[in-house]
Amino acid sequence: MKITALTRAYRRRAPGEPRAIGYLYIAPALAVYAVFLLYPFGQSVWLSFVHWDGLSVATPAGLDNYRALFADPALRAPFRHALLLLVFYSALPVAIGLLLAAVMSRVRVRGMTFFRTVLFLPQVLALIVVGVAWRSILAPDGLLNDALRAVGLGGLARPWLGDYTWALPAVGVVGTWVGTGLCMVLFLAGAQRIPRELYEAARMDGAGPLREFLAVTLPGLRPQIAVALTLTIVAGLRNFDLIYITTSGGPGNATSVPAYEVYHRAFETNQVGSAAAVGVALTALIFVLTVTVSRLVEGRRA
Amino acid sequence: MEFARTGARPPRGRAVPAALALGAVLFAAGCVPGTDGSGAAGARTGVATAVPDPATAGKVTLTVWDQEIRGGTNGEIQQLNREFEKKYPNVRIKRVARSFTDLKTTLKLAVSGNNPPDVIQANQGYPDMVAFVRAGLLTPLDDYAGIYDWNTRYPATLLGLNRVSADGRDFGRGRLYGISQTGEYIGLYYNKDVLRKAGLKPPRTWGEFTDGLARLKDRGELPIQFGNLDKYPAIHTFGVLQDQLGAAGARDTVLGRGDGFDNAATKNAAATLADWAKRGYLPGGANGLGYDDAAKQFASGDGAYLLTGTWQLTDLKKPMGDKLGIMPPPPAKAGAAPVTTGGQGLAWSITSRSRHPEVAAAYLDFLTDAHAADVMTRHGVLPAVPARAADRVSPDTADGQMVAGWKRLSAADGLVPYLDYSTPSFYDTLSAALQGVISGKTSPDAFAATLQKDYGAFMKKRREQHTSAGTE
Repeated sequence: MKITALTRAYRRRAPGEPRAIGYLYIAPALAVYAVFLLYPFGQSVWLSFVHWDGLSVATPAGLDNYRALFADPALRAPFRHALLLLVFYSALPVAIGLLLAAVMSRVRVRGMTFFRTVLFLPQVLALIVVGVAWRSILAPDGLLNDALRAVGLGGLARPWLGDYTWALPAVGVVGTWVGTGLCMVLFLAGAQRIPRELYEAARMDGAGPLREFLAVTLPGLRPQIAVALTLTIVAGLRNFDLIYITTSGGPGNATSVPAYEVYHRAFETNQVGSAAAVGVALTALIFVLTVTVSRLVEGRRA
Repeated sequence: MEFARTGARPPRGRAVPAALALGAVLFAAGCVPGTDGSGAAGARTGVATAVPDPATAGKVTLTVWDQEIRGGTNGEIQQLNREFEKKYPNVRIKRVARSFTDLKTTLKLAVSGNNPPDVIQANQGYPDMVAFVRAGLLTPLDDYAGIYDWNTRYPATLLGLNRVSADGRDFGRGRLYGISQTGEYIGLYYNKDVLRKAGLKPPRTWGEFTDGLARLKDRGELPIQFGNLDKYPAIHTFGVLQDQLGAAGARDTVLGRGDGFDNAATKNAAATLADWAKRGYLPGGANGLGYDDAAKQFASGDGAYLLTGTWQLTDLKKPMGDKLGIMPPPPAKAGAAPVTTGGQGLAWSITSRSRHPEVAAAYLDFLTDAHAADVMTRHGVLPAVPARAADRVSPDTADGQMVAGWKRLSAADGLVPYLDYSTPSFYDTLSAALQGVISGKTSPDAFAATLQKDYGAFMKKRREQHTSAGTE
């Protein structure tokens, strides 16, 4: 009988065999990925080795564009700003998210869903909208300065986005505001998965809130912290829209970041090769940081 | 949150080497992007000898990319397009209108693609128009300029700004690559109510203007409304100050034949700007205030003066009505010739691979002739060459003042091109340095040195290119 022969033929193999068939399954996704990501990325890498104004014939640049990343202060500064912004875009949201999650999971707050929704709201808004809203909040006569003056702290009021010292932190705080909700929701979800018994055991042993947090909650949230760090680091380093809307890299170049520099060089100053080099370097930086996070925080081996 | 623990690693691990390898292969294969300008369509230039007649061109679709999306200019272009199609029923105009920034970012790809638009609006200066010319993407219009008398229609200064040298290196001289429809200049807008309350009249001299600032400040009024968060507005303000101290030198410098920026005019203009900021003649947080926000505050009565372009007139007129006045920055002596920063709207150019250059040329002429000027005037737009309708605008209205100021500037050759035309990177250099001056962080000397470093390096590069081109 044919059918029994067929079933027997299949039965001889372990499930999932032959192994190569796996490639067939991923082929559609891989094809899309290759066409829309790998190929353009390859092009960028290639462009980073030429001097090109986007129109006339390109000339080989060797490693010039990459050397400039280290030699040219106008290119070093954006990377320094981006790393500094990570404190606001990544470290602070994770820290504040942990604090909020610890408090919210310990104390029963009335209207918890409401607070959770409000804190998560910035994630739902388009960053353009966030940028426009904060631009008006941080304006010389904006909400923040008005509030400071109303409580008698008028001396602290300043044109936040136009101040050489404060523009970068001001943009950073917007990032903190955006990222905190995401981190908190991640941690709340993770905290619910920590077995109640662990908390009970900790309390039996006489652990206070701090001890309980350090011994039970924090280790239990390790995978979530890794995810939160990865997502916020990637978002922080890729950050373009907020800078574009709020400061365009100003005052002077005090808030220029690599992603903005890519756009600026490729489309505004006709330095396509240099823009590609910044893009490739940014990709490498993101890659290194995310791998580091997944190894250190999550404890995973490659 | 399961994926955190078991999910696949991001596939970048293998993608990066693969992409790097691909890049290396492409590079080794010697595929270099861009064109060397050989498609410059030299064959087509110089053949036009008679006035083209689009009616005989058969069925033609003219693709036009422009950035005239603001109220007045949009209406004026729509009307002129309709009239052109009516005049030549065989021609259909396919218009693609985008904002200035959107056009700037997409135009490069569009004109270098296989199916470029026939007519585009190219921004003057090195990053756009000169780059297009060097890549051979625009058609020289000198023949058409002869046929249609554009050379006599326009003041030479304005036409010069649309010129690029044949080798595609120099801006401001050489062949004509575009023609502009509108004129624009940085004017001194004033709020008549605020001035009257402070006991001031619209200033007739630069001295009257600056003396009035202190008086306004004493009365608790903001003398000059100004927002520089967007970085570029200070270029215009500084330009006006510099023009007062040495307009001819500034113009030569922009066009690559002046002594540059390491001079008294530059330093004194910067010192004046810093002084205005320090004395509170400008709003406290000027670097943190948006350009549009500043214009809105001026319109709502906050600020006696606003130094900005004529493009703002329509938006200011609506809320302010008769309270609004505008003039070119007053000259040193009453009745003398005014000087200011200004020029013209983006140039309308014909792409070198357009299949209907003659129809496109006829379209350009139609957009800029006397009839078009009247249409512009009726839409509240300042034409580069005002025609009869402009004479009928009441001289007491802001529109009338704007046109009168333009005529005086044109007659006296008092326009100095935008300073950011100076070098390919000058917009960045100048706008960043000016934010430093306004905040008091950069001294006038350091400011002048920064500008000169950029300018000097570019001039040196250009001289070297010229020498090597000469010895070839």
